Formats: sequence, structure tokens, C-alpha cells
Amino acid sequence: MSDSEHPLRDAIAEAIRDNEVILFMKGVPEAPACGFSARATACLQALDVPFAAVDVLPDPRIRQELSALSNWPTIPQLFVKGELIGGSDIIMEMYESGELAQALGVEAAPAPQEEAPAGANPAAAPLGIENRLG
Amino acid sequence: MDKMPTPDEIKQRIEAAIPEARVAVEDWTGGGDHFRATVVSPVFAGKTRIEQHRMVYAVFGDEIGGPIHALSLTTKAD
Repeated sequence: MSDSEHPLRDAIAEAIRDNEVILFMKGVPEAPACGFSARATACLQALDVPFAAVDVLPDPRIRQELSALSNWPTIPQLFVKGELIGGSDIIMEMYESGELAQALGVEAAPAPQEEAPAGANPAAAPLGIENRLG
Repeated sequence: MDKMPTPDEIKQRIEAAIPEARVAVEDWTGGGDHFRATVVSPVFAGKTRIEQHRMVYAVFGDEIGGPIHALSLTTKAD
């Protein structure tokens, strides 16, 4: 890989190398700009894992170069120890099965909630964090 | 201009591309651009989730992030 041909791609690769847990997302953890990024952020926060976050929205080239590098078309993308873990669907599945905690080397979070009732809105189901507030 | 696909078109394209796939697709938000698909196929056996999802995303190429704003996936081997 050339160092000069794709400077932005190289910078992204370096960020992935230098941060043990890094999430590329739309928006920032305090204010995700997309439901999928919000779910990914919520999983990491529920496990109380420190993570670096990169907002891809300020420059469309970030997303283009990231996807070229990772061979993954969508945002968010979570990397742990330099490896792509997946997008929001895989993050959620692994969170629920305890595999995410394992990959991150932390204790599994307590089961977030009972089985979602049939027909529940899947977008609202994931973590139950918001639900507890009301 | 790319046309937005229907859930049925998405289902048919996945079934055409992935051997013996059983596919269910729904329009997640009712807006015609956020879809949710469950794909079960024997070809997923022995593959990681990332590899399985890449196989499905590959069916749509640049349409993901374009006319298909989001395609949420659940994949399983059988």
C-alpha cells in the first residue's frame, strides 16, 4: 500500500491501528445522527467501554475511503484491535449474545430486558435504555 | 436516476444471487429506503457474520447508501 496515493485512507488506517476500540459513525456519541449509529453507541456505552469515535458526516470522503479500506458499505463500523467487528446489526447481535463483551474483554452487561413482545417496533427494542427513563 | 426498489424486488435479487436462500424483506420505516432482511442459506455455513453480510451487500453494490439508504440484515446458515 502506498503512503502517498490515498492520504485520507492511510489516516483512517492509522486511527484504526492506534485505537483499540474505534467506532465510525454518523454524528457523535453524545448526539448520534442516525438510529443505527445510536444503537452501536448504546451497546458500547452499556458495556462501559471507552472508545474512539469518528464522525463520517463532515466529509463524504471519509466514508468512501473507510468503505474502500474495510470492504463494508454501511455506517456505523466498529473495529476492535484493528479488526472489523461489523455494522449495527452484528454489533447488536453480538451484544445480545455476550460475544461483544467477550471481544472487548469486559464483563457482559446484564440482560437488557425481557424478550421483546411479538410485533414490537424493532427500532425501539434494542437496549431499553431510553425506556427506563420514562 | 436510480429507482427505489420494493421489498419484493430486494427479496428476489437476494434469492437469485445466493444459492437456496430463503429471504424475508420488510420496509422497515415505510419510507421505501430502509429495509430489513432475514436471509437463511446453506452457503453461509462456516462463514463469519461479516462474510455473510458482505455476500448480501454485494448483491446491491453502490445502491447501498444510495437508493437503499439502509439494509438491516440477519443472516443464518441452515
